[in-house]
Amino acid sequence: MTAPASPTKVRGETILSVDDVKKHFPITQGVLFKKHVGAVKAVDGVSFELRRGETLGIVGESGCGKSTLARLLMRLETPTSGSATLEGRDLFKSSGGELRRLRRNMQMVMQDPYTSLNPRMTVGDIIGEPFEIHSDAAPKGSRRKRVQELLDLVGLNPEHINRYPHQFSGGQRQRIGIARALALRPEVIVCDEPVSALDVSIQAQVINLLEQLQDELGLSYIFIAHDLSVVRHIADRVAVMYLGKIVEIGTEDEIYERATHPYTQALLSAVPVPDPEVRHERNIIRLTGDVPSPADPPSGCRFRTRCWKAQDICAREEPLTITRAADPHPSACHFAEVRPTAA
Amino acid sequence: MTDAVIQPTPASATPEGGHLLEIRDLHVEFRTHEGVAKVINGVSYHLNAGETLAVLGESGSGKSVTAQAIMGILDTPPAHIRSGQILYQGRDLLTQSEEQRRQVRGKEIAMIFQDALSALNPVFPVGWQIAETLRTREGMSRADARRRAIELMDLVKIPAAERRIGDYPHQFSGGMRQRVMIAMALALNPKVLIADEPTTALDVTVQAQIMDLLADLRRDLGMAMILITHDLGVVAGVADRIAVMYAGRIVEHADVRSLYRAPAHPYTKGLLESIPRLDVRGQELATIKGLPPNLMRIPSGCPFHPRCPYVQQVCVDEVPHDLVLGDGRTSACHFAQEVRDDSAR
Amino acid sequence: MSDFETVAASENQAARRGPSGEPGTPNQVATQKPRSLAGDAWRDLRRNPIFWVSLALVLIVALMAVAPGLFTANDPKDCMLSRQNAGPSGGAIFGYGFQGCDTFSRAVYGTQASLLVGALSAVITGVIALTVGMLAGYFGGWVDAVLSRAIDIVLGIPLLLAAIVLLKRVGTDSANVRLGAVVLVLAILGWTTAARVVRSSVITAKEQDYVAAARMLGAGHGRIMLRHILPNALAPAIVVLTIALGSFIAAEATLSFLGIGLSQETISWGQDIDTGRIHMRESATPLLVPSTFLALTVLAFIMLGDAIRDAFDPKLR
Repeated sequence: MTAPASPTKVRGETILSVDDVKKHFPITQGVLFKKHVGAVKAVDGVSFELRRGETLGIVGESGCGKSTLARLLMRLETPTSGSATLEGRDLFKSSGGELRRLRRNMQMVMQDPYTSLNPRMTVGDIIGEPFEIHSDAAPKGSRRKRVQELLDLVGLNPEHINRYPHQFSGGQRQRIGIARALALRPEVIVCDEPVSALDVSIQAQVINLLEQLQDELGLSYIFIAHDLSVVRHIADRVAVMYLGKIVEIGTEDEIYERATHPYTQALLSAVPVPDPEVRHERNIIRLTGDVPSPADPPSGCRFRTRCWKAQDICAREEPLTITRAADPHPSACHFAEVRPTAA
Repeated sequence: MTDAVIQPTPASATPEGGHLLEIRDLHVEFRTHEGVAKVINGVSYHLNAGETLAVLGESGSGKSVTAQAIMGILDTPPAHIRSGQILYQGRDLLTQSEEQRRQVRGKEIAMIFQDALSALNPVFPVGWQIAETLRTREGMSRADARRRAIELMDLVKIPAAERRIGDYPHQFSGGMRQRVMIAMALALNPKVLIADEPTTALDVTVQAQIMDLLADLRRDLGMAMILITHDLGVVAGVADRIAVMYAGRIVEHADVRSLYRAPAHPYTKGLLESIPRLDVRGQELATIKGLPPNLMRIPSGCPFHPRCPYVQQVCVDEVPHDLVLGDGRTSACHFAQEVRDDSAR
Repeated sequence: MSDFETVAASENQAARRGPSGEPGTPNQVATQKPRSLAGDAWRDLRRNPIFWVSLALVLIVALMAVAPGLFTANDPKDCMLSRQNAGPSGGAIFGYGFQGCDTFSRAVYGTQASLLVGALSAVITGVIALTVGMLAGYFGGWVDAVLSRAIDIVLGIPLLLAAIVLLKRVGTDSANVRLGAVVLVLAILGWTTAARVVRSSVITAKEQDYVAAARMLGAGHGRIMLRHILPNALAPAIVVLTIALGSFIAAEATLSFLGIGLSQETISWGQDIDTGRIHMRESATPLLVPSTFLALTVLAFIMLGDAIRDAFDPKLR
């Protein structure tokens, strides 16, 4: 497998752009005659760009809409509104054969290595299925060899092609999932919490594998995770989501060293640091209360109910995710400023 | 630190008396139709009044099974306690009758779990569930139990406790449910609280709240706590001592600062090096190669030897004893001192 | 059991991209044969005496249906009134009935019709149930609403009453026509439980991540249904159908007992039980023998279905 080396494909150019995507799940009442009584605004106006060869990390707590965003991009859910273009082609408007061609260029690695592989299929069948669906991707005679190459690529024994998923450990299953995602030589891979179900000592192996594959194959990643340490390690740029919106987006340095949104700051300060020496030196921001329901988000700024900086304007006026004076990267806070004592 | 005295000690030679809770040379196996899984293989640790001991390990290391053995809630079968002692205030819990153990459970040693939703009964209000314990165990009247339940919910900082006492578990968020479970565990004023992955299912901001609460409660109520977790970050924040488990053994045991400064077992060292850190922008992560062992076929000698970068022939042939290092630490590694000196560099 | 899953641990391979080649690691993998879920279930079944007993009974009954001559030398239609209610003699180990026919021989020959009705009804039921359950579960929405209401309606019809009404209208006494009619009536009225089981297992399977993975690869509805959902929904359906087969046999016997089931020409347990019942006071064996055959056969199928269900239930492993 070689990196796509066509001269038109410049590293750093925009490969995927997402514009104001929304997904509102209707809340209905009644059995036969369904009445709409509201909507869960799981994703509510998300825009970003992914550049060729980079890793965009998306972080946020459960319920912030990061997984729904992944499912929207993979067309597992239909967006309520908004658009997305993958290499100039409209991701949301395509269907049928065109959609199938688009899918070859974008694949996903899922969170749970136990449910993402069909227990009744052998590893060979699982990784070979992309070739059956896209029969022009590999001629019939060479498919078994391609599957074995893929197994080798992700660090599994090619001789295990006839085994079943339950004969593998969690980390090995995740490698199988990665091999399946790579089969059609996509350029963009959405990783939805790819290591959170794995043991600590296995996580590092899978993270390193993803990084090596990116280098070798020139992949672009959207890396969704709740673990900020993992994201810092792997991502070039990071978007922070809260209640269906991106509240701050910037380079890894801008987010981790010079965050200007209070939510990002609180999130970062809450991450436990594996070093007992800093136990009492750390300046942890303690957020109070819980994340409000996405069915009924607060007016104005969605974070204001838990924010220590909140003023009247925060309830009245929704802050846009725009570049603020504090630091040249977009942040959705009226009072954006770099925290003086960055933890 | 290079003047460490290394001397082999048998696993049961811990000092007599004084410990609130002490586990001695515990062996537990699970007998399934696939074979016998040796889940706990000679675990010894102790807990003093008022301290926090972290038991660190990955899935299958036996950290939760040890806790279940202490609580007497192991399912037997398939579990089978082959040998060992669990001494609480000097009495061996394993030789006590079920009735005697019930007196210890909750009143002396209480436990909270990772999954608060399944640990609470969905069909009863949370206040009722807290009060129920007080009524059956302490013989409190309905009104007293209710009053005490509100106090407990206040204690774990559930806002508007009086109003929420009639709410059902599903009406609480994950963090609040975990607080309810802590309130239930504290109902009978236990002296030891075992927290099994108390924050694993929670978001990072809520996780910080719960860990704070546990630390405050432990201090205010003078409890001792066993914190069972896989998260090196959480441990660093609250623990006094750490016991690291691998394949049903304690491979390293140390106070928290020296362990993080210079781990003396290759497994601990590997774990610390393999986690991505927020405060360090990493290059390639160091990894521990391979997989945790199948507990039905634990490798000979040192169970970690197939994954260990320090491996020598002796590791394949001989099970390492707990080597006592000079600063009161132990490490079950033939090359403990070497590993520690390497780590300290 | 996830704590100590049987991991095919090949350290070398897992760490291909790390430092490789560690001493003293036996390659455990080479010795392990690939095992499937069905393989695991089979290992459970092998240890289950109920499975073996019920399987043996089912096989004996099946053999009886195919080659009744192996079990008795007597012709079931060789009836002589001179032997009315006579005791055992000459191969007729349970003696003779009211019409002077060999009781045992009739029961043996009756197996064929009973089993044929049961098996055919189960197959047709299976086809209807898999189709309806799959479509309802997979597509959901209004398809599900319509099909589920259809299931409810059919389920609301009392089986025997409807069967009596329908079979009364079959005028002819031709053996094949009546057999076909009984099969059709049982299948048309009896597919609902299996369809519900299929529908719910399809819904469970549909939500699995591997189905989402297939969709993301661009797989069509047909491939997803046949490759990913059907195999995971088939096992519970087979179990329900095995149990249903038993109850179809019992239903056929009931209908024949009532005189509206199989043709008078066909030897069947139901009719023999009816005849035996009338003359019970004179001799009980002509009633007891076919009744025992019927009870054992129905029980065998139900026990077999139960044993297979237990073996396949992932919650028990």
